[in-house]
Amino acid sequence: MSTDLTRLDVTALQAALAGGETSAVEVTRAHLDAIEATDGRLNSYLHVDAETALATAADVDRRRTAGEEVGRLAGVPVALKDVVVTDGVPTTSGSRILEGWVPPYDATVAARLKAAGTVLLGKTNMDEFAMGSSTENSAYGPTRNPWDHDRIPGGSSGGSSAAVAGFLAPWAIGTDTGGSIRQPAAVTGLVGHKPTYGSVSRYGLIAFSSSLDQAGPMARTVADAALMHEVIGGHDPRDSTSIDAPAAPYVAAAQQGAEGDLTGTVVGVVRELGGEGHTEGYEPGVLEAFRAGVDQLRALGAEVREVSCPSFDLALAAYYLIAPSEASSNLSRFDGVRYGLRVGDDGSRDLDEVMALTREQGFGPEVKRRIILGTYALSAGYYEAYYGQAQKVRTLIGRDFLTAFGDGVDVLVSPTSPSVAFPIGQRVDDPLAMYAADLCTLPASLAGLPAISVPCGLSEGLPVGLQVMAPALADDRCYRVGAALEAAQDAARGGSFLGQLAARS
Amino acid sequence: MSTDAHSLSRDDVAHLARLSRLAVTDEELDRFADQLGVVLGAVARVQDAPTADVTPTTHAVPLTNVHRPDVVTPSLPREQVLAGAPAAEDDRFRVPRILGEEA
Repeated sequence: MSTDLTRLDVTALQAALAGGETSAVEVTRAHLDAIEATDGRLNSYLHVDAETALATAADVDRRRTAGEEVGRLAGVPVALKDVVVTDGVPTTSGSRILEGWVPPYDATVAARLKAAGTVLLGKTNMDEFAMGSSTENSAYGPTRNPWDHDRIPGGSSGGSSAAVAGFLAPWAIGTDTGGSIRQPAAVTGLVGHKPTYGSVSRYGLIAFSSSLDQAGPMARTVADAALMHEVIGGHDPRDSTSIDAPAAPYVAAAQQGAEGDLTGTVVGVVRELGGEGHTEGYEPGVLEAFRAGVDQLRALGAEVREVSCPSFDLALAAYYLIAPSEASSNLSRFDGVRYGLRVGDDGSRDLDEVMALTREQGFGPEVKRRIILGTYALSAGYYEAYYGQAQKVRTLIGRDFLTAFGDGVDVLVSPTSPSVAFPIGQRVDDPLAMYAADLCTLPASLAGLPAISVPCGLSEGLPVGLQVMAPALADDRCYRVGAALEAAQDAARGGSFLGQLAARS
Repeated sequence: MSTDAHSLSRDDVAHLARLSRLAVTDEELDRFADQLGVVLGAVARVQDAPTADVTPTTHAVPLTNVHRPDVVTPSLPREQVLAGAPAAEDDRFRVPRILGEEA
């Protein structure tokens, strides 16, 4: 087969594999060769095990040839963000404190992808413990954006975004606490979906903020994202917050959307996220691409209204109290006893001292800042004013969504991030500037709602994402509207969004 | 802690770091106090929200009493669990002493 196998989306790969036009070994080798050739520069992977990947692929080929039952995704390569625990495969969550740790079990998302027959290429780079919007907070060096190597690939799932946009994996798992799937997808020209909270199991994800964390797909097309969601989603008794409801047919929703008819769909444009009076901090080129995307939705038959969600103005403040508070509790498990690093255990120091030295050396600055802030927000005398108040704001944000959806709006839209990918190093010493990258993604996170980012154009030659938010468990609306926009964009452009990047190299 | 609204002194940060078991350096204390003061000023905006009679949301999906059947399921083998520990001895996690010299 003369086609470059790394350029195919998953739907095309599945067809080529099932039709015998290529083999799992060929597909895997093509990706491993690409990683070998370009990842020294991109730094999207933290761990690649070529031998195991090829052995897994060879086994798929053998079973397929023998006429045995193979999984739905048999032979399709995948990359996992390094926050996903993998049996026998090193897992660091981007932190020194877990360097060299080899987990003894699989996260549910990893197990489900394995059972479907995927081939694990490797584990992708990320901001330490998923805290960040640029992947610069990784203990293992920053990842570069394939569109411009001097710019960030977004974060915290920036290794996954760079790998998929850089043709080093056809798709990848990301996780999203405040925007960590959607923002990196937006700034690298991918589709990224944060599922309804509880729709995908958190079992085996190294916890950051448990009431917000969700794993989800990062892919080159809406249909591929929907397919991955179907495979990883659904109830898991090992996660007590998992919703006990059957997974909706997301692929069918994407197919329906791609037909391009949005007649009868009411799209609400959120004023507080880049609308009139709320444009401060938003790049004009981002707003221009976003408005063009909204015009395309209208042209497809959608009814577009402006909607006001006043509490969204407080989402950033509430999020940066709730997430650090939960993190300060979750990260107390890194005590230098059960796994990972231990520092200063020389026989003279007691457990407390060893723990404090271990955590000091094992955690990077952003993790320490968030632990300290969270400890403050939860401390006696400050709890009500900070953490308690943030939880009430969370209620108000949920009410704004309910009001909008109650008024007949089917989906809400906004830019995914206020800016395109920014230069590496620009925001590392300015936490608030870094946090601003999450401005538009935080409301859906706090309300536990599904939200997808779909490419809607370029600004200064860099990708811009449009976010579609839907009511809880209505992830299918994200896929339907997202696929409609994608199809309209592809038709107008005469090719896929990432085709523009491929054409440059 | 400092009484000034929305600011963290160097001493506050040192106290919080001790509570968090982080042996931070002097240089970090200076830097974190500055940076966290700015962040705290921004997040303190939650206090302006009209929240009289608003109940807090602890979780996006309201679920209560999630139980599993009371049936024994296999655990990981001990050697696998201890394999990831920084120090193990006699089939247990080895920990530094937990009491001070004076005890």
